[in-house]
Amino acid sequence: MTLLTHNMLSSNIKGVTNGFPLHIEAEKVVEKQVEINHDFRRNIFPKIKWKAFVDASRILGYVELPEEAPEPSVLESDHEFLGKFHHALLELHIEEGALFCPETERKFPINKGIPNMLLRYNLQEVFAFLILL
Amino acid sequence: MWYLCVFYHRLLDYRKPELESLADLFGAFGDRPCFEFDNRGNSLEWRLPKHHHPDSPFHFVDLPSQDVARNVANRSILVKGIYELWGEGSNYEELEEAVKSYPDEQKLPYLTSDSTFKIIVDSFGKVISLQEQNNRIRGLTYIPFKGRVNLKNPDHKFWLIETENDITNSGLPPVVQRRIFFGREVGSADRKLLPMYQLKSRTYLGPTAMDAEMAFLMSNQAQAAPGKLVFDPFVGTGSILVSAAHFGAMTMGADIDIRVVRDGRGPDCNVWSNFKQYGLPMPIALLRADNNLPPWRPGLKEVFDAIICDPPYGVRAGGRKSGGRKLLKGVVDPYIVPDEKRADHIPSTAPYSLAECVHDLLDLAARMLIMGGRLVFFFPVLREDDSGEYHFLEHPCFKLVAASEQILSSRYSRVLLTMVKTCSYTEELAEAARIKHLEFKENHLKWLEDSNLHSSVFSPADVSSADAKIRKESKPKYRGKYV
Repeated sequence: MTLLTHNMLSSNIKGVTNGFPLHIEAEKVVEKQVEINHDFRRNIFPKIKWKAFVDASRILGYVELPEEAPEPSVLESDHEFLGKFHHALLELHIEEGALFCPETERKFPINKGIPNMLLRYNLQEVFAFLILL
Repeated sequence: MWYLCVFYHRLLDYRKPELESLADLFGAFGDRPCFEFDNRGNSLEWRLPKHHHPDSPFHFVDLPSQDVARNVANRSILVKGIYELWGEGSNYEELEEAVKSYPDEQKLPYLTSDSTFKIIVDSFGKVISLQEQNNRIRGLTYIPFKGRVNLKNPDHKFWLIETENDITNSGLPPVVQRRIFFGREVGSADRKLLPMYQLKSRTYLGPTAMDAEMAFLMSNQAQAAPGKLVFDPFVGTGSILVSAAHFGAMTMGADIDIRVVRDGRGPDCNVWSNFKQYGLPMPIALLRADNNLPPWRPGLKEVFDAIICDPPYGVRAGGRKSGGRKLLKGVVDPYIVPDEKRADHIPSTAPYSLAECVHDLLDLAARMLIMGGRLVFFFPVLREDDSGEYHFLEHPCFKLVAASEQILSSRYSRVLLTMVKTCSYTEELAEAARIKHLEFKENHLKWLEDSNLHSSVFSPADVSSADAKIRKESKPKYRGKYV
């Protein structure tokens, strides 16, 4: 799972008002090379929630990204930044691990690089758990 | 400029929409995005040769430049060739007349002594023997060819195409009249793609994997291209995304069945390996999600350039959403998965009616597609209530630009719908869409509920419908519609 995917997902459990960003627990991180495409990067850049993206990259041990979201103009000029942005966005993959809903701690396992975002079956579990509490 | 466009005689309903989508992709309509045009379906001008039926493979099309024509033809699947027409006639005298009167400044640049060329004799509705072909080529001596012949890799290809009207025995419909065309090839489809990507060479296959030709057509309708992001919410074995990746698009897929997307049939037989097999870039994301309850963060919108999919409509594979039939009915209490079984637990899912599924799909697309982005998907129709007019779901954010029918059996067809997003998504529009959807369901979609479609396709024939059968068979059958 790429950090781009992480940046797009949230916990959609009913009643959760702030399901984004999901917490990351990474057991295995791999790097895969992805070809750079400028148009794609230009299109996707404004859609990224920067803080969540930087935080996620730090959890994976990548500390090269600036804390503050840069101006979109750097996309045209700053090649060094572009490389880092591309690497963090698409080349770092969480192979094994889990995502957690920030409010309910509900676990979304990541297995063979594929996050399991299905939840309805476990919704009941959460309620059962809450009742037990 | 007018070009002669010759199509393959198959998938008749898909040919013009494909060419128009590609013309739009390659900038035939200038910088103005296509969806601003009011008369979208007819944004290109078409003309038929004299006395040809609309199902004829021969068409004239007005394209802005030779570059656009070449790009469109080379990318397409169903265009046999786009030609600069040098002359046409109903016999060889007329053809000679026409070619001679075609302006020299158009012809001479392609006849120079430092170029190589090849002449191809082709026919529709009959076979021309090699001997006759040579005779026809010799008959063209009135054209001042100066270059050398090169059969393998010529700079310029010239085509002499003959059609026959007396084809009663060939099993072909009377769509053409005898006509002879001579033209210079501008571009042609790369059909070599099809054997390369054919399903029988694919390592990981499912029962509803999309065949290569149709998958490429879908990607062309969706205008997949480098730098674009394409999403398939029913990714399955990835057969549609493979075609989008071939055209350079970034891909992303979701499916409710984790066994399909995650496990496949082993480490070298899964969705990823299908991309690796062709040396294509891997999808940037595969995830397990429910189309009924998508996991996208609130506020995320307009990220996908296209959504392409083949929703499960319950004939070969039924749709599922999470829940479990008994659970949704309240018959049983929720099953609490014991901790030790949690990792391998595959939760039950409930049937997901097509109407609901398509409504969710439209809602997702309305939110997640960029303006001008395309939604391309298949929709089944029963041919019994066939009055020639089908009704499709509508959405205030979308404009339907193409609906191409492929007949699957005497009872049902599937229609490839191409919709363009013309209006931003708002909560009010979503509500309006929901009301429209309910109305539509009331009026047209009763058969889509539950398993009605499945039973209409597979139930034994009704004796009283014999009349209908006769009526249906009296309709002309076109070979192309059935393949």
